[in-house]
Amino acid sequence: MTNRADEIVKFDNVGLRYGTDPEILRDLSFTLFPGSFYFLTGASGAGKTSLLKLLYLAQKPSRGAIRLFGKDMITLPRERLPDYRRRLGVVFQDFRLVDHLSAFDNVALPLRLSGTDEGKVVKAVSDMLEWVGLSHRAEAKPATMSGGEQQRVAIARAVIARPRMLIADEPTGNVDPEMALKLLRLFEALNNRVGTTVVVATHDVHLLKKVPDSLIMRLNKGRLSDPTGALRFPPRPGGSSSAGSERSPA
Amino acid sequence: MNEVPIPDAPPAMKGSPLPKPRKVAAADLLPKARFGGPIPWVIAILIALVVIAAAGGLALRNLAETARADISNAVAIQVLEPNPELRGERVESIVAVLERDELVRTLRVVPEDELSQLLEPWLGAGAASEDIPIPALIDVELSRPASPEEIARLQDALSAAVPNARVDAQSAWLAPVYGALAALQYLALGLIALLALATAAAVWLAARSAFATHRETVEIVHLLGGTDAQILRVFQRAAVRDAAFGGIVGLSLGSLAVWLLGQQFAALDSGLVSGGGFGWVDWAILLFIPVVGVLLAFVTGRMTIAFALRSMF
Repeated sequence: MTNRADEIVKFDNVGLRYGTDPEILRDLSFTLFPGSFYFLTGASGAGKTSLLKLLYLAQKPSRGAIRLFGKDMITLPRERLPDYRRRLGVVFQDFRLVDHLSAFDNVALPLRLSGTDEGKVVKAVSDMLEWVGLSHRAEAKPATMSGGEQQRVAIARAVIARPRMLIADEPTGNVDPEMALKLLRLFEALNNRVGTTVVVATHDVHLLKKVPDSLIMRLNKGRLSDPTGALRFPPRPGGSSSAGSERSPA
Repeated sequence: MNEVPIPDAPPAMKGSPLPKPRKVAAADLLPKARFGGPIPWVIAILIALVVIAAAGGLALRNLAETARADISNAVAIQVLEPNPELRGERVESIVAVLERDELVRTLRVVPEDELSQLLEPWLGAGAASEDIPIPALIDVELSRPASPEEIARLQDALSAAVPNARVDAQSAWLAPVYGALAALQYLALGLIALLALATAAAVWLAARSAFATHRETVEIVHLLGGTDAQILRVFQRAAVRDAAFGGIVGLSLGSLAVWLLGQQFAALDSGLVSGGGFGWVDWAILLFIPVVGVLLAFVTGRMTIAFALRSMF
């Protein structure tokens, strides 16, 4: 058994529908544990992005309960949501960079919003931009950047505040294989060295093989599928089970 | 490959509660608007109109107060005696009564020549003729503003001496003028209230429009952990900046119009109109109008954006 302190995310019978449309997510019940690395896979339209939206607190579910960091997000007053959103790092599928800000300022945004000293912001952002190979584009606005560059800025912004959970929606879709691997190594480093829980939505099966210890959550028509019918793979830190997940192919 | 640059843990990682967000963070969240949009100019026009309406109201108030002060201590006494020979005796009797009355400070019997000159525009050269009986007129300055009862007592005393003597309290025949001036002042106040409402509506529309334009950015900032307070500050700053610009321009235009109108009225050289001149308090009130405009914009902008933010998750 696990206690709530071990859980970073717990979904209980969660469903999501937009308006009067049929549910696009149905009966989702699963737990994510600190320090684990998850891949979320599924065909287009399976509901990956909708599930991530629930995870990064962009959306309320139509039904069910969601606990994040041990706190019920459904009943949490909205003025307390920023406290929890600041513990998350998000790579959006469409990057969602702030158009009027430079690459540097986009990456610095989470730190500045959380009140980090400006001296530390400059150092951290400069290092991060150098690492993702965008030092020379620090002052560039998103509109002047390629898709790959924007994606790297989005990833740098997501990890700059060393989040407790990193949620990435197709984070390597617009970069070359070498950069994709490099970015994946960044996620792994956060996972291994800082203990950040990582959730990466992808349909790139090759990516799944790159992180041997990762767990895979498969979404099929809005439901998490467990092909074995059993909770086979415990997450690394606590030895607990995780519904709907399996070990990635090594 | 370089080492992965995992930054030092920011305060958010070190446990709750989170530090208060720095104000500087909000400064660049939204693009800086230029004064190219119509709203600052709309506010400028509205503030100019408020300044002109307020100046009109203040001028009317000053004019009424000056006129009231000038005539509340004065009465005119007419002696209606068609016989020129008896008229002088009646006037002497009246003067004798007046000189004994403690309410009277000074009196002046208006000379017949002066009366003829006053009436000449209406009666022509015949005003000086003996054929037209002209009442004698006595200007009386009272020692204090007299109540209606005191005026009535004076009338009784004079009637006892000269039955055809009539006391005209100047404030009485100016009462309709005061009423009209008061109505105009209320009209000015009503206009100011309507213009304030229009200013608030302009700011409300501008804030809603700005929020709709930047909704995507607001969502991103929210998802990155930005608070409503940080977002509110940005919009408030924009609203206050636009209102301040509009206020300064409006005050300048309105004050210029008021000053030019003042010059025009001063050129009339009329005793009544000159009573509507401005003192430093009046100018201070006009200077205060843009400040109220900025406060109005601040409150309206804040309420509009706070309401819009509440509709977001």
